[in-house]
Amino acid sequence: MKTNLTKILALLMLAGLTIQSCKPKNAGNASSSGSAEKAYVAPGKYDEFYNLVSGGFSGQMSVYGLPSGRLFRVIPVFSVDPEKGYGYSEETKPMLNTSHGFVPWDDLHHTELSQTNGEVDGRWVFGNANNTPRVARIDLASFKTAEIIELPNSAGNHSSPFITENTEYVVAGTRFSVPPDNANGDIPINTYKENFKGYISFISVKKESGEMDLAFQIECPGVNFDLSHAGKGKSNGWFFFSCYNTEQANTLLEVNASQRDKDFIMAVNWKKAEEYIKAGKAKRIAAKYAHNKYNEKTHTATSEMKKDVLVLDAKALKDICYFIPCPKSPHGCDVDPTGEYIVGSGKLAALIPVFSFDKMLKAIEGKQFDGSFEGIPVIKYEAALYGEVKKPGLGPLHTEFDGKGNAYTTFFVSSEVVKWNIKDLKVLDRAPTYYSVGHLCIPGGDSKKPNAKYLIAYNKITKDRYLPTGPELTQSAQLYDISGDKMEMILDFPTIGEPHYAQAISADLIKDRSIKFYKINENENKYVTKGEGQAKVVREGNVVHVYMTSIRSHFAPDNIEGIKMGDVVYFHVTNLEQDWDVPHGFAIKGATNAELLIMPGETQTMKWEPDKVGIFPMYCTDFCSALHQEMSGYIRVSPKGSKVPISYSLGKTKTIAKN
Amino acid sequence: MKTVTMMLALSLWLSSCGSNEGSSASADSSAQAASSESAGGNPDYDPKRGTGKFTDVVISPTLDKALAEKGKATSDVKCGSCHKLTDEKLVGPGWKGVTSRHTPAWILNFMTNTDEMINKDPVAQAQLEICLVRMPNQNLSDDEAKSLYEYMRQNDGVK
Repeated sequence: MKTNLTKILALLMLAGLTIQSCKPKNAGNASSSGSAEKAYVAPGKYDEFYNLVSGGFSGQMSVYGLPSGRLFRVIPVFSVDPEKGYGYSEETKPMLNTSHGFVPWDDLHHTELSQTNGEVDGRWVFGNANNTPRVARIDLASFKTAEIIELPNSAGNHSSPFITENTEYVVAGTRFSVPPDNANGDIPINTYKENFKGYISFISVKKESGEMDLAFQIECPGVNFDLSHAGKGKSNGWFFFSCYNTEQANTLLEVNASQRDKDFIMAVNWKKAEEYIKAGKAKRIAAKYAHNKYNEKTHTATSEMKKDVLVLDAKALKDICYFIPCPKSPHGCDVDPTGEYIVGSGKLAALIPVFSFDKMLKAIEGKQFDGSFEGIPVIKYEAALYGEVKKPGLGPLHTEFDGKGNAYTTFFVSSEVVKWNIKDLKVLDRAPTYYSVGHLCIPGGDSKKPNAKYLIAYNKITKDRYLPTGPELTQSAQLYDISGDKMEMILDFPTIGEPHYAQAISADLIKDRSIKFYKINENENKYVTKGEGQAKVVREGNVVHVYMTSIRSHFAPDNIEGIKMGDVVYFHVTNLEQDWDVPHGFAIKGATNAELLIMPGETQTMKWEPDKVGIFPMYCTDFCSALHQEMSGYIRVSPKGSKVPISYSLGKTKTIAKN
Repeated sequence: MKTVTMMLALSLWLSSCGSNEGSSASADSSAQAASSESAGGNPDYDPKRGTGKFTDVVISPTLDKALAEKGKATSDVKCGSCHKLTDEKLVGPGWKGVTSRHTPAWILNFMTNTDEMINKDPVAQAQLEICLVRMPNQNLSDDEAKSLYEYMRQNDGVK
């Protein structure tokens, strides 16, 4: 997105414009006081929708309530989160393992809810890692990252994690084409055209468990795949990917990738791809990629390194992929609820082309091709085109739908959301955004059944909208009531990271399934301590395991002696609480990682290598009761070779046990 | 059972507000059941029984040893961190003599309907003033609670 942004900003400057000039004159009065009531949710009342928003370069996903815009939770996904111990506790470290080793950060751009029969079902939400290509599945019962799978042969996983209408597949398309992983990559960069390939990945999702597997990849020509959406209803079985840089430039893309009048939307017949796989047409190619899973019983993640992947060759197989010309570096690629209309949004275009699925099929059948690109047939533009929305605004990016025949498209350059009718392609309404809107979201707005009460615009630039906070300003979201003919802005609120795509869903589909605590009797962590009677400290050479419990308001044991310099100490802390909203925290002075935050019934482990002789306090970090400040203890560290034996205790002035 | 879970969930939510939650109970009409007002002055309130699903509990004069064993196992995981078997107070009061201080129904209600009991019952409230830590709702099943009661009886010398 950043590159695109730069490109557009540069263009703006060329044109002698500034962002400021896009700003409507009455910005301050954009929302009348009467409409503010529509976004008001009284204290103690629940919101009507969950809004699952990408955290951009924070690598996380955030959870807001709508219409209030209140932030409920930041779910750690691709970045470490010291606040929650994510990526720091021994149990969660494997979640961030990749073929490159432990990667502590990424850039999460898009969220996509699981669907059943083309409707959002509230079971899972997926997120993509844009930098080190991965896809994550977040469980919406626990609001935790349940699984992460890495993608080989890819770089810049941007057109992801969009799904098919029964969540059969989550897709990923590489934004940066690269030489395949098993090819020699030590080649001149300017051999892009010969050696760089664009891989798109189909990740299967198990129906009940949600478990992901990289089912197959399709090798496509080297271009930049940008965004995608699945066909639905009549077009189920097809997937549509926008791509730019069909110039195949490898330098100064903002100029060199903007040469052609049209790039492409690539239509992928994934049912056909499945047939070819059944017929043995795919090659199993060596690859290395991590598959990480979090087990809710052991409260522990495991990471497996996979060794190969099935690959189909789009060029050799001829009828899996087709290119549809689309003007000016298409970005958004959105399919309407009926599955008939595919909307392409050229970032540099001043019109919106709408393609017809029926016409596309006819064009393929009648071979109405305009030659081929790198061996892939190019369908004639007019043969697939339903029509164009003329003069909708400048720089269309993304489109969502209301299920009532209308589409809503964001315009980055002209900072507005434009409502238009799909059938007659007429503009119906336009509403300013503050400023430079990227994605937008309507609850279920990319599914077969939108629940179109609200529209949320996610803005890249806020400039003068909020109190200044130094050079870095917040990004924002703006909420519009779209229940009437005209869009009405009712709220704007700051967001974490940079919000890209988001999903929203009726709270009723999620809230009653929320896990309140983990049953202690079902805890299968290898180092669980089920009751204070089992608390102990065990030395195995220079490794010391502390089996510890926490409950309001003490740890057991809370005095530990016999730790020596050179020891590696593992604190396995089990939270014995069986009540909602009572996590305990755990921190040790000088620990070089982070705290643990242990949910009721859960066990989490902190690795600690003491760095000096002395007494080290430990304490609970999450205010748990009136005696929270008392929830603490001491660890004594002795010199290497010391004769002080391991001992531990709770509530005694002398030691109660030894081993 | 569903309503009980619902009430527990609601009262749980209330518990995080401490004892000062008068204004927060309006989210759902059924939350009114968990109002913080003490039931001390309410003539309909039976302080011997407390509030909860248990009313008349019939107790055998002899001990069910197997059941008491189960109670011990539950206590080791969920209760023993705060309650000793002697009369010594740790975080909560020691269990010695508890079966003669309260009726079986009161104890079972306190174990399974903890938050509403702390919000309503005058004896539970008086105990909170001593301990200052609200007894955690450990989400005991009815069977777990009954086995714990049997374990308390064993601890109090029932053979």
